[in-house]
Amino acid sequence: MLSSLSLLGFGAHGYGDEIAHGVLITVALSLATLPCGLLVGFILALAKQSQDAILRLGVDIYTTIFRGLPELVTVFIIYYGMGELIEYTLRLLGLSLRLDVNTFVAGLIALSVVFSAYACEIFVSGMKAIPAGQYESGPSLGLSFVQTRRLIILPQLIRIVLPGLANQWLVLLKDTALISVIGLADIMRQTHIIVHTTHKIFLFYLTAFLLYLALAMLSSVAIRVIEAHVRRSELA
Amino acid sequence: MMTGAATLIPARKPPRLARKARLGKARIIGVCLVALWMLAGIGLGLYLAGGWDNGYVAKYGPRYLHGIGTTIALVGLSVILGAVLSVPVAFARMSKNPFLSLPASAYVYLLRGTPLISQLFLIYYGLGTFHKQLEAVGLWVFFSSAWNCALFALTLNTSAYQAEILRGALQSVSPNQREAAVALGLRGLMTLRKIILPQALVVALRPYGNEIILMLKGSAVVGLITVYDVMGETQYAYSHEFDLQFYFWAAIFYLMIVEVLRNILARLERRLTRHLPQ
Repeated sequence: MLSSLSLLGFGAHGYGDEIAHGVLITVALSLATLPCGLLVGFILALAKQSQDAILRLGVDIYTTIFRGLPELVTVFIIYYGMGELIEYTLRLLGLSLRLDVNTFVAGLIALSVVFSAYACEIFVSGMKAIPAGQYESGPSLGLSFVQTRRLIILPQLIRIVLPGLANQWLVLLKDTALISVIGLADIMRQTHIIVHTTHKIFLFYLTAFLLYLALAMLSSVAIRVIEAHVRRSELA
Repeated sequence: MMTGAATLIPARKPPRLARKARLGKARIIGVCLVALWMLAGIGLGLYLAGGWDNGYVAKYGPRYLHGIGTTIALVGLSVILGAVLSVPVAFARMSKNPFLSLPASAYVYLLRGTPLISQLFLIYYGLGTFHKQLEAVGLWVFFSSAWNCALFALTLNTSAYQAEILRGALQSVSPNQREAAVALGLRGLMTLRKIILPQALVVALRPYGNEIILMLKGSAVVGLITVYDVMGETQYAYSHEFDLQFYFWAAIFYLMIVEVLRNILARLERRLTRHLPQ
């Protein structure tokens, strides 16, 4: 038992540093995905609010595909497909290079795409919850489209969509574990490697499980703080 | 008679009538976007047609069909078993007795706070550590099969989510409804069956549908532990042929299953809520 625990320690004999590195990668990937996904999701939501049916159709195709595909398939297709596409383009340009796609970048793109598709739906339902008078008040005060969105809609929207986005953040955190299948050295991948050398299978998979749990708990605390901050102006 | 204001403020032209532009910014972006999708669709079609191989179809066609069956069976079974399991969990969570509500809350939190893939690996690979102990109690026969482990992990996972859906739906029914039932002299089980459940299940309908779709997508990870569902067959074919098109076929199959399911669920919802004002 003691020897098992020492395997989890840091330093030359323990695997603590390797696992900590995995945690760092998992957290970095989630934190990097969040702003990309939010921004794309918000822009898509604006497009989905448009009067133009063709624009809405274009966005609908996006959200249908990326909310319908299993995340695992999206990850594989973006990782392998990106590599193939880049090589193909280079071959057309007369270059024959062997390129390895960075797993972090591939993971970032795949997760952002999935996150933005879900975030778009959350933003759209939030925008629908804001009365039309709020949208009309902007132009009547002489504000432009962007100013109306930024100064009138966004502050109200944040309060409405925060619970949905917080939920989606927890989903994102869990989805990062899928990027381990293309070889990104996150918690899951590091655990896989360590298990192969130590054969302490249950111990290390349990550690990974608990680490994800700890990250989720930490997120819940942070979300509660943010929610309190956003709602500070509301009457109790 | 001219007033001061009229001389001080020169008359301005009335604003132009708001006219709907035929080719506004939105239309241009929309057309570009849809054209991009069409190009992507045509590209994918050409790619798959170029890579078409009757040998592949003969070799992997039946396997893929079997994989689709496996995915549907796995998800169907786990959703049903999870629904059964979720009922006691949901009621335990709502209980006032902390010896019931705390373990139930922990169960839900553990399963909802961690990735399905980590749960699956913990069960499939991790339980091998307790090979001897499991054999002693006769459970090893069950856990030695990847299919059983996948079913077990998916059932546990969905039961936690479904317990939360059920709890939310039951709590969404106003307490007045229960009081009214008591006033009418209905007993506990009758109240639940006739008053609470019909109202709660309408609320739960959409979350249940979403959960089934999430399970269908989430079930792709079982392909990683040698269960031959759609993803498992894809991994198998890819490892034999090193041909990327198998992943695209998997994407097409998954999208088809999800879209069919989504339509069925939407139709079901419309049918079951037809008595409500839209």
